Amino acid sequence: MTAPKLAPDAAVRKAESRRGVFTAMPAAIYLLIFFCTPLLIIVAYSFGTRTATGSTRLSGWNFDSYERIIDDLVLGIVWRSFWLAGLTTILCLVVGYPFAYYLATRPARIRNILLVLVMIPFWTNGLIRIFAIRFLLGSDGPVSQASSSLGFGEFRILFTPTAVIIGMLYSYLTFMVLPLYVAIERLDWRLVEAARDLYANGGKAFRKVTWPLTRSGVIAGSILVFIPSFGSYVVPEILGGAKTLLLGSYIARQFGQARNWPFGAALSVVLIVAMLIAVVVNQRSAASELTGSSS
Amino acid sequence: MTESSNMTERGEPSVEILGVTKRFDEVVAVDNVDLAIEDGEFFAMLGPSGCGKTTTLRMIAGLEFPTEGRLKIFGDEVGNLPPNQRPVNTVFQSYALFPHMNVQDNVSFGLRMNGVDKKEAARSADELIELVQLGGLGNRKPSQLSGGQQQRVALARALVNKPKVLLLDEPLGALDLKLRQEMQTELKTLQQEFGVSFVFVTHDQEEALTMSDRIAVMNEGRLLQVGSAEELYERPANRFVADFIGETNLLDATVADGDMIILANGTRLKAPNPHATGTKVAMSLRPESIEIGRPESIPSDYQATSLRGVIATSSYLGHSILYGVKVDSTNLNVRSGAVAAHQRFVPGDEVAVWWDRTSDWVVPDDEPVAVTSEAS
Ligand SMILES: Nc1ncnc2c1ncn2[C@@H]1O[C@H](COP(=O)(O)OP(=O)(O)OP(=O)(O)O)[C@@H](O)[C@H]1O
Ligand SMILES: [Mg+2]
Repeated sequence: MTAPKLAPDAAVRKAESRRGVFTAMPAAIYLLIFFCTPLLIIVAYSFGTRTATGSTRLSGWNFDSYERIIDDLVLGIVWRSFWLAGLTTILCLVVGYPFAYYLATRPARIRNILLVLVMIPFWTNGLIRIFAIRFLLGSDGPVSQASSSLGFGEFRILFTPTAVIIGMLYSYLTFMVLPLYVAIERLDWRLVEAARDLYANGGKAFRKVTWPLTRSGVIAGSILVFIPSFGSYVVPEILGGAKTLLLGSYIARQFGQARNWPFGAALSVVLIVAMLIAVVVNQRSAASELTGSSS
Repeated sequence: MTESSNMTERGEPSVEILGVTKRFDEVVAVDNVDLAIEDGEFFAMLGPSGCGKTTTLRMIAGLEFPTEGRLKIFGDEVGNLPPNQRPVNTVFQSYALFPHMNVQDNVSFGLRMNGVDKKEAARSADELIELVQLGGLGNRKPSQLSGGQQQRVALARALVNKPKVLLLDEPLGALDLKLRQEMQTELKTLQQEFGVSFVFVTHDQEEALTMSDRIAVMNEGRLLQVGSAEELYERPANRFVADFIGETNLLDATVADGDMIILANGTRLKAPNPHATGTKVAMSLRPESIEIGRPESIPSDYQATSLRGVIATSSYLGHSILYGVKVDSTNLNVRSGAVAAHQRFVPGDEVAVWWDRTSDWVVPDDEPVAVTSEAS
């Protein structure tokens, strides 16, 4: 078999792209088996029907499960999850931006040390960290004891939305800080100097130059925080108690106690699609920012 | 440090730098500089890389604060004022145009920050955009402009604010030669039109010499001389300036009695100079002001300003010939008019060189700054 003759550089490029395919192969196979397949199964299940015994019948596809979502109870849960996730994202941004700014403006040596410190919590199990917070916030935990010994009374915060937000802020802050750090670190500070030179005070220079030019980091960080917060399961389960039922727990319940897989699957699909739309819209607006395609 | 002597006072200087030193940790970027820039002057700062030009400019702009010393703009102390409170604007070396704003928003930025309303700012911006010949490009983003166009936007963005002083940090560094020459003329025209002082940093001496009213030469953070192009070229204050501005031969010597100096090899030469007997000096001789001929052809009045040597190299340059003449261990570059091939000297020829008594210049040698001379 003789291969068709290619111009030398075309041949090289072809070889390189072939190598590219091979290097991506392990990940591609893995994702196909363990990510795409379950996803397809979920989608398929969402059109199925729950039988009286709690198993799922896949024949006779229908939209019943999707219709069930339009329900006050369910929408209430979605709404509560949405604003908790939104609040978590905003808090992460408010806490994370100044911190990332501080990080990114340190000399390189100190910066690296600080970055390692930021990552240290990841060296321990996430579940353990959340249980640690539960202990911390508990009615006989150190915070509460300190509060009551100072005469402020017992500290009742565990199993409230506040506790969930504290937990989520703690869990996801790093996802906000790292993309922000990257964006701020990449910022051309000469532009900020130019703004200062053109009569902008510190605040205006930040609003007109620093902030818009680090928006990519803000968007990336917000997506990285909002998405897992919206569907989060572990934190609300451990810190939220029964009163704060959130979407993640509600979906898990459908697959567990309720044994209504089609409904759980339909909720998951809606969640995934909503996230995808949000991400795409954000990317679009970020991409058009610098290329000048706007008016 | 010599202040230019024939500079007539034109009232209050636009910028006054008084004993300013700037240290970055242990690096002394600017070392006790005193400098006054006149109002309406095209002032260049010239010096090798790392000599402190940018740092000086940034201190005037307020982007850096002096470690010691004082800074005045039109008599007002500005030493510690932030950049937005100074009546100066900068054209940055990299232009530093805001990538997320179009040309018009870039140009009107300073006016908007000063509280000018949107319409009025846009109108002024358009005027300036027109003036720098970018009419119609107001809606483009900087990334959609060529280097030369970006340069013009940077100029417009600074000039639109009618600053009292415009600072330019190697504004033409990134342009190709032709565009560079075009922009030089344009800059000069704009400066005269606006009538404000331009402080222009460059390490291209030709650019500095052709454009500026006065030039400051810096090296290693110190200000070595301030003067017109002519003064710097013909009456350099020290060895570094003599060597840095144009091409020259520097002969080490010691001052002797009676307007004489003694070269390292013992030769006595006539070279009137104000330095005390025994001072170590260097005599600067421009290659084009040296005559060359056969040893016996030295004119009689030139005996005391002549040297004998041997041709080491001879290069034909079209309009002139460049000889390398070895005088004992030193090499002299001599530029002579082109002559027919059979009349040229060839390596090995014994020759004499002489010069007019007014064309040498003796500089003190007390600043042993290492510089590599241009010609080999
Ligand atoms: N922010 C800083 N931190 C530490 N050192 C600095 C800083 N800025 C400048 N320097 C040092 O100060 C000295 C003068 O720098 P400066 O930028 O003023 O030189 P320059 O004359 O503009 O040179 P060039 O022609 O290369 O632009 C250099 O040795 C430089 O390394
Ligand atoms: Mg510089």
